[in-house]
Amino acid sequence: MALSGMRGLSVFISDIRNCQNKEQERLRVDKELGNIRTRFKNEKGLTPYEKKKYVWKMLYIHMLGYDVDFGHMETVSLISAPKYPEKQVGYIVTACLLNENHDFLRLAINTVRNDIIGRNETFQCLALTMVGNIGGREFAESLAPDVQKLLISSSCRPLVRKKAALCLLRLYRKNPDVVNVDGWADRMAQLLDERDLGVLTSSMSLLVALVSNNHEAYWSCLPKCVKTLERLARNQDIPQEYTYYGIPSPWLQVKTMRALQYFPTIEDPNTRRSLFEVLQRILMGTDVVKNVNKNNASHAVLFEALSLVMHLDAEKEMMSQCVALLGKFIAVREPNIRYLGLENMTRMLMVTDVQDIIKRHQAQIITSLKDPDISIRRRALDLLYGMCDISNAKDIVEELLQYLSTSDFAMREELSLKAAILAEKFAPDLSWYVDVILQLIDKAGDFVSDDIWFRVVQFVTNNDDLQPYAAAKAREYLDKPAIHETMVKVSAYLLGEYSHFLARRPGCSPKEIFSIIHEKLPTVSMSTVPILLSTYAKILMHTQPPEPELQNQIWAIFHKYESCIDVEIQQRAVEYFALSAKGAALADILAEMPKFPERQSALIKKAEDIETDTAEQSAIKLRAQQQMSNALVVTDQRPANGTPPVSQLTLVKLPSISSNSDNYSADEGARQENGTLTRVDPQPPSADLLGDLLDPLAIEGPPGAVQSEQNVPGVDGVPSAADTAAIVPIEEQKNTVQPIGNIAERFHALCLKDSGVLYEDPHIQIGIKAEWRAHHGRLVLFLGNKNTSPLVSVQALILPPSHLKTELSLVPDTIPPRAQVQCPLEVVNLRPSRDVAVLDFSYKFGSHAVNIKLRLPAVLNKFLQPLTLTADEFFPQWRSLSGPPLKLQEVIRGVRPLPLLEMANLLNSFRVMVCPGLDPNPNNLVASTTFYSESTRAMLCLVRIETDPADRTQLRMTVSSGDPTLTFELKEYIKEQLVDIPTSSPPPPMAPSVASPMAPVPPLNDPGAFLAGLL
Amino acid sequence: MIHFVLLISRQGKVRLTKWYSPYTQKERNKVIRELSGLILSRGPKLCNFVEWTGLKVVYKRYASLYFCMCIDQDDNELEVLEIIHHFVEILDRYFGSVCELDLIFNFHKAYYILDELLIAGELQESSKKTVARLIAAQDSLVEAAKEQQSSISTIISQATK
Repeated sequence: MALSGMRGLSVFISDIRNCQNKEQERLRVDKELGNIRTRFKNEKGLTPYEKKKYVWKMLYIHMLGYDVDFGHMETVSLISAPKYPEKQVGYIVTACLLNENHDFLRLAINTVRNDIIGRNETFQCLALTMVGNIGGREFAESLAPDVQKLLISSSCRPLVRKKAALCLLRLYRKNPDVVNVDGWADRMAQLLDERDLGVLTSSMSLLVALVSNNHEAYWSCLPKCVKTLERLARNQDIPQEYTYYGIPSPWLQVKTMRALQYFPTIEDPNTRRSLFEVLQRILMGTDVVKNVNKNNASHAVLFEALSLVMHLDAEKEMMSQCVALLGKFIAVREPNIRYLGLENMTRMLMVTDVQDIIKRHQAQIITSLKDPDISIRRRALDLLYGMCDISNAKDIVEELLQYLSTSDFAMREELSLKAAILAEKFAPDLSWYVDVILQLIDKAGDFVSDDIWFRVVQFVTNNDDLQPYAAAKAREYLDKPAIHETMVKVSAYLLGEYSHFLARRPGCSPKEIFSIIHEKLPTVSMSTVPILLSTYAKILMHTQPPEPELQNQIWAIFHKYESCIDVEIQQRAVEYFALSAKGAALADILAEMPKFPERQSALIKKAEDIETDTAEQSAIKLRAQQQMSNALVVTDQRPANGTPPVSQLTLVKLPSISSNSDNYSADEGARQENGTLTRVDPQPPSADLLGDLLDPLAIEGPPGAVQSEQNVPGVDGVPSAADTAAIVPIEEQKNTVQPIGNIAERFHALCLKDSGVLYEDPHIQIGIKAEWRAHHGRLVLFLGNKNTSPLVSVQALILPPSHLKTELSLVPDTIPPRAQVQCPLEVVNLRPSRDVAVLDFSYKFGSHAVNIKLRLPAVLNKFLQPLTLTADEFFPQWRSLSGPPLKLQEVIRGVRPLPLLEMANLLNSFRVMVCPGLDPNPNNLVASTTFYSESTRAMLCLVRIETDPADRTQLRMTVSSGDPTLTFELKEYIKEQLVDIPTSSPPPPMAPSVASPMAPVPPLNDPGAFLAGLL
Repeated sequence: MIHFVLLISRQGKVRLTKWYSPYTQKERNKVIRELSGLILSRGPKLCNFVEWTGLKVVYKRYASLYFCMCIDQDDNELEVLEIIHHFVEILDRYFGSVCELDLIFNFHKAYYILDELLIAGELQESSKKTVARLIAAQDSLVEAAKEQQSSISTIISQATK
């Protein structure tokens, strides 16, 4: 094949191909763009050939991803060239370079119109093609009638008419209000008699668009569609060149059946009979053959026939035939067919009466949940979600939970949301529901949104029988060594409310409950502290008679937080402190939370909202939506297909829920109870659960049990003015001592080196020196008194995260003037985690009591040992660790732009050694290191960072190691180092980094990803 | 409908792009970046469909080139998969056993052919023969214009001698 015929273009392409790297390519492109720009400037000297060549070059550069922001005018002007070669280039490149909204297109409208109404067939084709591909509103306004004329003109050849059909389709699709299609039903019917298959195929696409908008007008086309289908599928009456691997134009068959799906029914019995004959033939006559393309084509037709059968509500026999077919498909080896089998089975769920047959395939579908292909896993999850009902909920939810621990991060959020919804909708008993949600939080805390744990709290609050059980469960989870912050929240809440039910059990005395919860305090973020404070207040309230020791402990905590920077925490600390001094009166104020009013689950509502967001014109989709939303409403909707009516999980537990005999009265009872509640609370119940839990004024509790989650001064329950005054903080204690230097900066510096100053103020300097060996660390704190008088009441306390075992030697109570004391600190790393140990340090100087909390630089990278690998050592390891959770990849945006060398230095500085020359691409970095902890021992970690020289603010990072937690933590750790935001003190729990690099725009019909978007 | 067509090499180099829905240059680059990451990393024995931001991408690998077409979620996937193959067969016939190099240096021809196959993101012509005939006619039109041009320029050059 000869080269393009344009030497300059070929040379340019060769040059680009010979560029060693992206930088060189950019230079070459810039040079060329400069050249084109100057040539275009004195346009007069340009021959048509040269113009053409430059325009192609521009398109090529555009295709490579560079901005081409000039030369559009020259491109558009080629359209009006008199000769075919230039005109052709003008049309095609304009259609590729410009968007439908581009201003320059307006300039071309007249020329385009002249070409369309002109006599030159080839010009007509070019113009129709461009308008068909990028035509916008103005084209529709000025050209639609002309295009319509061409489509039905008898003097035009098929090659023009088929283009006119699709051009009209584009204009109509974009601006149905501008294109006048009144009276087009007859014309369309005529067009369906067309013998030329090209024109017929294009017209059928047009018909699909017209019918989807307004099927009423096009009834006359329906029998014609059936005829066309018969002609193709039954009679095979079609020119040889239009058969594809022996199948009469599969595309036209698919299109025709698509058009038929927009008509609600087929009334004429004869037409209906002929159609079903053809469909039956397709369903039964499609065999699996060796040739892939033939197979694909015939199955394309088959799957379209399946949806048509579903749409037409065929007799039960034909439906079960379809389900049987799909059942066969989901078990075949061919992944495409498996995928489509699952997808169509999910659509099939909308048809009544087949659920039971589909349920027979449950085992096979669960197998697909473990398929190596994420596309198939997604379909399987969707199908399981759709087919779940009271009879199989336990099995399915347990499968989902089991799968959660091994699933990829991209799916976890969706999985946990779906599991939570199913558990709520179909729980056979409430204790199971509580179990499921707690397991969910335990296994995938990062992916469990607040709504999920708010909901479980609602249920427990409203069901007295459930409360001791839930409290006991929460207590069990607290014994686990490392629990997620969400688990801390939910268990603290539950134990605060209900731990008094457990008081007689071993390990559940108020004191023990308090101390196990309080152990978690150093590990949690600011948002959890208020919940813990409430829990302490409630524990105190339930301890009657009061235990002085416990009381003092809790008071000390309240006291400590009275000066907290966070207003919410401060307020709670102050108020609880004041309230708890009131003794027995406390019981009235801090009584149990009242029941929540009955309402629709926020989770389900969220799922519904997402469903309706994906508004699409398609009939299938619309139908699916209606059905979905019915299925999701939490009312006492009776399950179809004859399973015994069991009322949906209601907030107020009914005593007779399990006895089938008097279900009816139970439902009645529920209605009455709900009714009463509604009267108490005249406002329409908001679905905002956050409001419920955090805003006490939103709900009116029973008298006497005034809600005091957040005691606003002046709440009704507070009797006298004197008492109100007590709530106002009397003495303000503030740290008036200002630190010298930036604490955060000092901390970050110490993360990278082993000795230096951790903190300094006018009175004291705290230095640190550390030695690290494998998973052990030995730090020495140097406490230096800068004054000429002693510092007294010196206290140092290490608040270790759960993954560190620390031991601090005794700290003297007094530091003599101008003296320095050394306090050795032993650290053992148990497992990989990014959490940071905190040094809680306080002293008194004169009348100033100073309390500071400092992060200790015993961070993840300290337990790394640099290691340089050769290619022979690196690659086998890299390959053997494949896929999540051992190997994780993420596209990171907002990276601090660094030259590659500096990035390598940064990595080296936290002991992840860059191995130069391992990656053939000079824009990439490959690094390795060894991580030490007690649980993992020495473990090799491999890192690869791919940077984009064109955009330094983003990169793709792949991290792998032999331990999933380590991989995740290390990835997050490196990310924190690379991302622009300077990590502020105590780092908030990382937002779940859903590794779905492809979805920055939240996919609208994927609840999980939608949530991720919100986060 | 097909929202866009992408041809990407195994190394992530773009060989052809055609957009039937409006995307700005920025969005185009983003789509290409995301999709090449998503598709090039998929193993060989997986299905040909990838779900992506509420849409679906049907792709197929031919030698070193990935042909990708992005469609709506409820479009017929296999039909589009065979449009890809149909396109490849036409390219193959035109170039005579097509390879990636043909498409690199003759990317404009690939655009001509695609325009005969798809308009507005819908299939226009399903006969390979017809497409081949139309492309040949276009080529000869261009040739004819070239000859005319060169004969005119010889006349001019002779006259000005």
